[in-house]
Amino acid sequence: MHKKDLGLAVLVLCVGTIVALVNPRFISPVNLANTANLIGLFGLFSIAEAFVIVTGGIELSIGSVIALLGVIFIDLIATWGVAWPMALLIVLVLGVLIGLLHGWLVTRLQLQPFVVTLCGLLIYRGVARFYTRDGTAGFSFGSDFPMLERIVAGRTGGIPHSVIAFAVVAVVAWFILHRTVFGRHLFAVGKNEVAARYAGINTRRVIVSTYVLCIFLTAVSAVFFAMYTRSVQPASHGNFYELYGIAAAVLGGFSLRGGEGSIIGVVLGVILLQVLQNLVNLLGIPSSLNFAVMGSVILVGVIADTQISAYRERRRHLATMSGLARQPEAGE
Amino acid sequence: MPHVKKPISLDLVGVTKVYPGVIALSNVSLSIRGGEVVGLIGENGAGKSTLMKVLGGVIAPDGGRIVIDGADISDLTPARAVEHGIAFVHQELNPFTNLDVTANVLLGREMRKGMLGLIDRKAMEARVRPLLEMLGTRFGPGDPVSGLSLADQQLLEIARALSINVRLLILDEPTSSLTLSETQRLMKVIRLLRDDGVAILFITHRLGEVADVADRVVGLRDGGNAGELAPADINKNAMVRLMIGRDVSQFYETATEPAGAIVLETKGLRTRTYPHEPVDLALRGGEILGLAGLVGAGRSELARAIFGVDRPEAGTVEVSGTPVPPGSVIEAIKAGICLVPEDRKSEGLFLDFSVAGNIAAPSLATLSRYGLVDRDAELALADHARREFAIKAPRLDRPAGELSGGNQQKIVLAKWLVTRPRVIILDEPTRGIDVGAKAEVYHLMRRLAAQGAALLMISSDMEEVIGVSSRVMVMSRGRVSGVLERHELSEENILRLAVE
Repeated sequence: MHKKDLGLAVLVLCVGTIVALVNPRFISPVNLANTANLIGLFGLFSIAEAFVIVTGGIELSIGSVIALLGVIFIDLIATWGVAWPMALLIVLVLGVLIGLLHGWLVTRLQLQPFVVTLCGLLIYRGVARFYTRDGTAGFSFGSDFPMLERIVAGRTGGIPHSVIAFAVVAVVAWFILHRTVFGRHLFAVGKNEVAARYAGINTRRVIVSTYVLCIFLTAVSAVFFAMYTRSVQPASHGNFYELYGIAAAVLGGFSLRGGEGSIIGVVLGVILLQVLQNLVNLLGIPSSLNFAVMGSVILVGVIADTQISAYRERRRHLATMSGLARQPEAGE
Repeated sequence: MPHVKKPISLDLVGVTKVYPGVIALSNVSLSIRGGEVVGLIGENGAGKSTLMKVLGGVIAPDGGRIVIDGADISDLTPARAVEHGIAFVHQELNPFTNLDVTANVLLGREMRKGMLGLIDRKAMEARVRPLLEMLGTRFGPGDPVSGLSLADQQLLEIARALSINVRLLILDEPTSSLTLSETQRLMKVIRLLRDDGVAILFITHRLGEVADVADRVVGLRDGGNAGELAPADINKNAMVRLMIGRDVSQFYETATEPAGAIVLETKGLRTRTYPHEPVDLALRGGEILGLAGLVGAGRSELARAIFGVDRPEAGTVEVSGTPVPPGSVIEAIKAGICLVPEDRKSEGLFLDFSVAGNIAAPSLATLSRYGLVDRDAELALADHARREFAIKAPRLDRPAGELSGGNQQKIVLAKWLVTRPRVIILDEPTRGIDVGAKAEVYHLMRRLAAQGAALLMISSDMEEVIGVSSRVMVMSRGRVSGVLERHELSEENILRLAVE
């Protein structure tokens, strides 16, 4: 665990303790399970976003993809009577295709990730609204899918399945990013794409795969969200979710320039964001201030982080200098 | 230690490369064999980098043949160049500072273990450690790269080259940021590799080093072969003739100007890097004060403090007796101080801006009215500067990044000179530029001094310090260890003070 992650963990614990002390309802099983469920739901696509960010890219269409794929998923099983495993497969394949498209535009046509995914944000949202004629996609009264609901929205031993999915994805993501060659290459590409190419890394494939991975995971979370809300209003469903993902990654130590960050960090970032949302509710802060609270905490966190690293850098520099002074022309 | 099983035999025969409007290489031939060090010299724009890219398979030549070990290689790619054992150490190092030493050395060739293909850290470190030992590095396989000095990063690149079982090692300006002792260590490594059967192509502007280490020297001029020097003929004059096609008679104009009144003075200036070492210096108009010392001696920090980039811990900077408010570049410029930074690409120039835009950048206040830039005046100023300083720029509206290094440096100088500064700080003013452009930069410096400006020149090029300076101040670990007058200047005296 990096020092950065440790600091964030301490922050999460502090905020949690304070909220619990002010309003004990925070640690009631119902509230904990609800918050955990939200952490799971938001965590899935936050990890997805982190993979793109570590290569120096960005994915802004997450919220719109969640709306579009959510609408399609519900429509497939509720209106068209498609078996849900088939609908799930279709939605996942669509996610992979969208990811491939983004990656292709970024690597082959050399478009900037911000531009590509901003257009995606607008297009998918528009398509989703058109698809439902700006209405709501939902299940008709009485129809239910017990198996699907148990798997996606159910609980085991009181733990929401979204949390379990998030935990599994987080562990796998940790291995991929921090222990595999592919993960190593993600860091290298994010730091210096040209040098990475000269080192024999297939940088295009690496970048494309991060977008595919990102939208694939987003598709998974789209299904979770659709079954959580049970009806999807495409004009608002998933609005700003990409920003939650980016915020969690930034809190978790990811640099938007690429090449830095850890999975533990983004997991803690997700948790902190949801605890903050919960805090707004529980402490009686007007919910209109929700975003303001979140933004302030992120800003303070990022400022503290840069100040601490600048301080550490200075100290290390001084230590090196005094080391040099003690040992003139050492090692020559 | 890598043992070269089969020494390389590489021949370029009549290689030609044409870019739109430019012939980068015209009918160039070059042969190199395992176990020899070939020095490749030439002015900027002579075709050295293009030749390097051809050898690395990065660009395909339009004509000619590449013969490796007797076989014609028609489609050399970077991957195939690596297979043939060709490795580079680039002039501009860009290691992955977010990864550790081992990850950098073996990037793209990681070792895996188990069914999941996880990174086998132990095996990788075991592969890297002996390479580092051979190079005698101070860092280990697990150290982070972010903390390494430029010299150590250079060794890291060489370790990387060794890890691919190198047969031909191409070094592009490897010593431009190294101190003397680090350079000597690198030379030792080069000889070691040569004795081991590696072929080495050594590209540099530092002719002394070529004379020192090369078995043979190949010269390029205007994209073509300029000739070759056998071991017995390798000396500085012969190399300069080879590069520019004529003798450079008066390279350094060493006439000492009569020094005027004190223009720049620092009193008890202490930088954050060396907070316990106050620096006092006084610089007269018309004087070029050389600032010598090892890399890390605190010279650049001093320059940055005077120019207001970094706020000093304590002390004052005065220009003609008037204190300059500390820690503000704007105030420093107002007081007539300018800085020609060491890294012209990131600090000195806007590479994407036009030549005119660059030259006019510090003068915009006088070139604009109501916040609007007078474009005619801008162009007139740039045109004046181009003629005045002999900048070879065909068009003023093209990006400065398209010009050669020497001409870029002249732009950096010109943009300040048109503001008529009183104090000019130059940090390694001729680093990485060729002999011809160097002479012109020195000429410009003398002219500025003649106009009454005070010049402070930081340089690690000993010959330059001795050749150009009126006086030399030597720093060591943040302290001024001595000041040498013109008649006391010698390499030995400077070095003695530098390592004090």
